[in-house]
Amino acid sequence: MTMAATTVTMRPSRGGVFGHLSDVLWRNPRLTLFLMLTPPLLWLGIIYLGSLFALLLQSFFSIDEYSGLINREFTLKTYAELLHPSNLDIILRTLVMSATVTVGAAVVAFPIAYYAARYARGKWKALFYLGIMLPLWSSYLVKVYAWKLILAREGILNWLFAKAHLTWLLDAWLALPIVGGNSLSVSHTGTFLVFLYVWLPYMILPIQAALERVPANLVEASADLGASPRQTFTKVLLPLALPGVIAGSIFTFSLTMGDYIIPQIVGTSRRFIGQAVYAHQGTAGNIPLAAAFTVVPIVVMGFYLWFAKRRGAFDAV
Amino acid sequence: MRSDRNQSAPVGLKIAAAAGLLFLHLPILLIFVYAFTTEERTYQWPPPGFTLKWFAVTWNRPDVWEALILSVKVASISTVIALVLGTLCAAAVSGSRFFGREAISLLVILPIALPGIITGIALRSAFSLAEIPFSFWTIILGHATFCVVIVYNNAIARFRRTSGSLMEASMDLGADGFQTFRYVILPNIGTALLAGGMLAFALSFDEVIVTTFTAGQQQTLPIWMLEELVRPRQRPVTNVVAMVVVIVTFLPILVAYYLTRDGDQVAGGGK
Amino acid sequence: MTHHMTAVSFQKVSRHFGAVRAVDEVDLEIRPGEFFAMLGPSGSGKTTCLRLIAGFDQPTAGHIEIFGETAEGVPPYRRNVNTVFQDYALFPHLNVADNVAYGLMVRGVPRAERMREAASALELVKLPGYGARKPSQLSGGQRQRVALARALVNRPKVLLLDEPLGALDLKLREQMQEELKSLQKALGVTFVFVTHDQGEALSMADRIAVFSEGRVMQVGTPEEIYKRPRSRFVADFVGSSNVLPPDFVARHGGAVGWASLRPEAVRLSEHEGIGATIVSRSFLGASTRLSLMVGGQRLHATVPAGTSLPDDGSPVRLAFDRADLHLLDDQP
Repeated sequence: MTMAATTVTMRPSRGGVFGHLSDVLWRNPRLTLFLMLTPPLLWLGIIYLGSLFALLLQSFFSIDEYSGLINREFTLKTYAELLHPSNLDIILRTLVMSATVTVGAAVVAFPIAYYAARYARGKWKALFYLGIMLPLWSSYLVKVYAWKLILAREGILNWLFAKAHLTWLLDAWLALPIVGGNSLSVSHTGTFLVFLYVWLPYMILPIQAALERVPANLVEASADLGASPRQTFTKVLLPLALPGVIAGSIFTFSLTMGDYIIPQIVGTSRRFIGQAVYAHQGTAGNIPLAAAFTVVPIVVMGFYLWFAKRRGAFDAV
Repeated sequence: MRSDRNQSAPVGLKIAAAAGLLFLHLPILLIFVYAFTTEERTYQWPPPGFTLKWFAVTWNRPDVWEALILSVKVASISTVIALVLGTLCAAAVSGSRFFGREAISLLVILPIALPGIITGIALRSAFSLAEIPFSFWTIILGHATFCVVIVYNNAIARFRRTSGSLMEASMDLGADGFQTFRYVILPNIGTALLAGGMLAFALSFDEVIVTTFTAGQQQTLPIWMLEELVRPRQRPVTNVVAMVVVIVTFLPILVAYYLTRDGDQVAGGGK
Repeated sequence: MTHHMTAVSFQKVSRHFGAVRAVDEVDLEIRPGEFFAMLGPSGSGKTTCLRLIAGFDQPTAGHIEIFGETAEGVPPYRRNVNTVFQDYALFPHLNVADNVAYGLMVRGVPRAERMREAASALELVKLPGYGARKPSQLSGGQRQRVALARALVNRPKVLLLDEPLGALDLKLREQMQEELKSLQKALGVTFVFVTHDQGEALSMADRIAVFSEGRVMQVGTPEEIYKRPRSRFVADFVGSSNVLPPDFVARHGGAVGWASLRPEAVRLSEHEGIGATIVSRSFLGASTRLSLMVGGQRLHATVPAGTSLPDDGSPVRLAFDRADLHLLDDQP
């Protein structure tokens, strides 16, 4: 190969529309950035933020009780309505359910995440990963439907209890106040089970991610310093997994709080926030009250995210 | 965490993990059994007998076909829009530092960070304020909005893994911006985009909460199923549809996993 | 003075990132066909200077010329300057041949011709027949050679090398140093080499610019830089000279002011010379490095291995030539 030096050091543009455009964009990185960001920001800004803003605005309107028409004047009346005992009841029920589902999901998720992060290797690791991803991504409605089949009076769960001669135990549980009911599919226990099932993968993945990030030598160091496996677990792994748990709880809490389909299909006739929103905007046509209801999860999640950020949970998402 | 390579897990942990995985998978498998039951009116277990006839019945149902076709159309168009918007956004955010960068990531994630019902009712009230009638396109507006983040997450993970010096190397060797995009960036992020597109498709195909607020009278497949769930009329047909939906959504997820398995995780943390 | 064109010329070039002056009013003249090293610790501005030549970055102020042509505002893809990146930046989706031929491909050279060129470039870097492999199948040293071939195939007027040997192990690094040097001599292309390793710069370069905090502290041949450091920084950074205070210099050398003294210029003698105490020693193979105390002044000396030495704490006498004591330009 010869190295005959070419005579020009700076070549001309390759020409054509793209060549010239490329030069212009290279000279103006701000313009390039602007051109790249404009389409997504217009879409999300106008369609999404615009809608959210419209929703927020409507929560400050009120509905005329006699005509049923929306009165477009600024008022806090609708928010005052939220404090009505029956509405407070809905909010409280939703928050308690969200918290219970979150705790339940954390308890069930932890061993799976722990095993996947610390013991599964090679093929098993991939299998675990898919084993968590497939249920996560499979159809939400199908999952709910599956539980309708499971919890049905003539379904598999009652059949299993009968086979094990434990029907008395199920009946005793269903006889309890609050968690009980006529049958599993019309009890809060049923609603809880479905929520737990549907949102569980959202808890496993962040915990697993957090545990994967614990360096092996940290565990060894703990053992080296004389900690028993139990002590290593409670003093080293658990605190380090906590951001993962918090990150997962963001999902389980938020998703439970905003859901209106699960309690409608499996559960009692007592409403959750999502159902209230759906009912108020639908048949009742009371969009202001529906809007005010949606502000509750937004505010709760706002505080929750603020808390989670302080605990460093975002790195685990 | 590699310290336990030669150490086996405590029995209790094994049992808890296995039970957890079974809990995740058995209900889905149950759907497959019910698709073959001869029982028409109840959810009786164990099924009194097995038959294939419900597949034929479902095949001949025009309402199921209509819903399926609508769902595929909506998911395809939403995915294309999400691919364009999500890639642009990921390229901009990963390629440079600018004021408001964090705010943009937050804005992209918001549609799935907030409960779907909020997105749904916000869009619905905006449509009614702006007096936009419900149509095919109002469904798309909603779906594309929350699909952007799926593409964005996948693309940005790959952009982060793709060293910035590759783009500089390309320019150094004489390729201008467009050539660099075509010959270096696209081949390197291609599989991530394909994976993101697959997942966005799966998400849109399955979405029900936002869709109930933006669909008007049209029925996507999930809406059709929801109707059946609330007011069961055709239990065996629903069983078959549920099974088909499971299979149809599993395929893109497996492909997406295959495409991204070395390195970045399938960005499912933000479904 | 004859009309002598410079390969790269920096005229009061600055590059500021906000309040940080990464490059601060740098003047440089790199001659055609020379092997020029930019030496300095990390953050000294040497890599930014390289990026300014490549065109990845633009100067905040000042003027850059490459072979007499203005460089500002010219995108990197239109400069006939190529870079060997620190991490090699080989395209992972292309095989070795396509990597090497990339520059020719984007310029529209027909496939057959560019494959021929790529093959001969691979031969030049002693990797014939590696064209079909993927970069991931190569060792670090092989990747480096591919990166070199990929740059050279474009026949650049200036080749920029950004710490190209940093990731290699010692033995391979020494081998590559020699190869790079002879390649540069054979091709006659101007090489601009960035490194933080003073040994590498001294052994390879025709001339060296020593950078510190965005400024050029000294430009000169390796010998000049090593023997006559003009500032305390250069004395310290290039070969760890003794930097001696004015009173010490006045007592033992005559002149007044801070001065540098190479450790190997210090001799031990048994009877005559300055009284000192051995504090500690470290064995370096071919030589032994001694830490001595002369009055209140610490001094390093390098003596050939095998020199018989008393125990630590023992008194010794030492001597050096006055000519080896070099006054520093900057008097701290």
